[in-house]
Amino acid sequence: MRIHQGSAGARVLAFGGYQPARIVTNDELSATVDTNDEWIRSRVGIESRRIAAPDETVADMAVAAAGKALAGSGLSPADIDLVIVATCTPEVMIPNTAAVVARRLGINAPGAYDLNAACAGFCYALANASDAIRAGSARHVLVIGTEKLSQWVDWTDRSTCIIFADGAGAAVVGPVAEPGTGDAAEQAPGVGPVVWGSDGAMADKIYIKDRDSFIFQEGQSVFRWATTALHPVALQACADAGVDPAELDVFVPHQANLRIIEAIARKLGAPQAKIATDIVNAGNTSSASIPLALSRMIEHGELSSGDKALLIGFGAGVCYAAQVITLP
Amino acid sequence: MAITQEEILAGLSEIIDEIAGVPADEVTPDKTFVDDLDIDSLSMVEIAVAAQDKFGVEIPDDQLKDLKTVQDVIDYVGRASVSA
Repeated sequence: MRIHQGSAGARVLAFGGYQPARIVTNDELSATVDTNDEWIRSRVGIESRRIAAPDETVADMAVAAAGKALAGSGLSPADIDLVIVATCTPEVMIPNTAAVVARRLGINAPGAYDLNAACAGFCYALANASDAIRAGSARHVLVIGTEKLSQWVDWTDRSTCIIFADGAGAAVVGPVAEPGTGDAAEQAPGVGPVVWGSDGAMADKIYIKDRDSFIFQEGQSVFRWATTALHPVALQACADAGVDPAELDVFVPHQANLRIIEAIARKLGAPQAKIATDIVNAGNTSSASIPLALSRMIEHGELSSGDKALLIGFGAGVCYAAQVITLP
Repeated sequence: MAITQEEILAGLSEIIDEIAGVPADEVTPDKTFVDDLDIDSLSMVEIAVAAQDKFGVEIPDDQLKDLKTVQDVIDYVGRASVSA
């Protein structure tokens, strides 16, 4: 039997993000639940979040974000041969979101699957995309994180409704240039080794019990785990990629809570790195938060092509994954 | 030798200063974390983690919620370090 030989490495070619139009401020939430702007800012660091329209679906948001990433990559839909949608809030369980999104983007007959690793989903999907390209089972992969958490939030529960939000982010991932073609940046691997794991003993810390229930989170336990267990994972991703934390240009953790972001960042030994704080105006968008933050920082001119970024996703399961990437 | 109450208070004061920015001289045994020192539930988790590193005493989340005053933590750490 013959097997494929893939590319020597994968790299991200472009990012794209999408946020729903509706902005929900802390003051708006304070009108319906017992909370206030100061309390929300100090506990989670959010000033406003975006909430999808009632008829706006995770597929709609995925298509919007992925369309931008595809346009930014310079590729055409025909070039994409695998679509991975990371989501823990699909509109329906059957069919999957990925095939629907691919069809709407005009991508003909790609491999297409959904992946649920909750808030770690994007980093898992990016790792799968990189591996598929390196193994030769795909050449260009569309990786999307998309979530409509608002439909799983109890809007009378002040511990969760202030945190979760909606949005999508996407990346186009492709092979490095063959030797003798392209420039040095195009020949260099741009997606580092993933460091991932899970701990099902903490399955009861973040969950949705059944289809009639809302998202529940044991805030203190999650905070303790996130601020003590994750920086070693992030540092291992740097070590595996051969990138010293002092060389990082930006740290992009899942946008769970500004205090978790800052606590992990303090422990990295990378004071020079910018820290993504997209949560302030985006809320916690689970698997969408990392590509959404990156696309917005790139759009605002805060990051440059070639920058080294450390990503770490973490959330329900619990599941976590980290990798270093080079920005397109 | 068991750690003294004064040593626990001194160590705890350092931790609280570092995490919540409360000057050490304001951290007295009778103070409540939430109302007197303005320390919220997430900072309490950070204090518990730092206390574990410093005193070798684990304070799980379900115990943490019962520790309302500085003296409560001193007593908890004192008891746990004796039994450890």
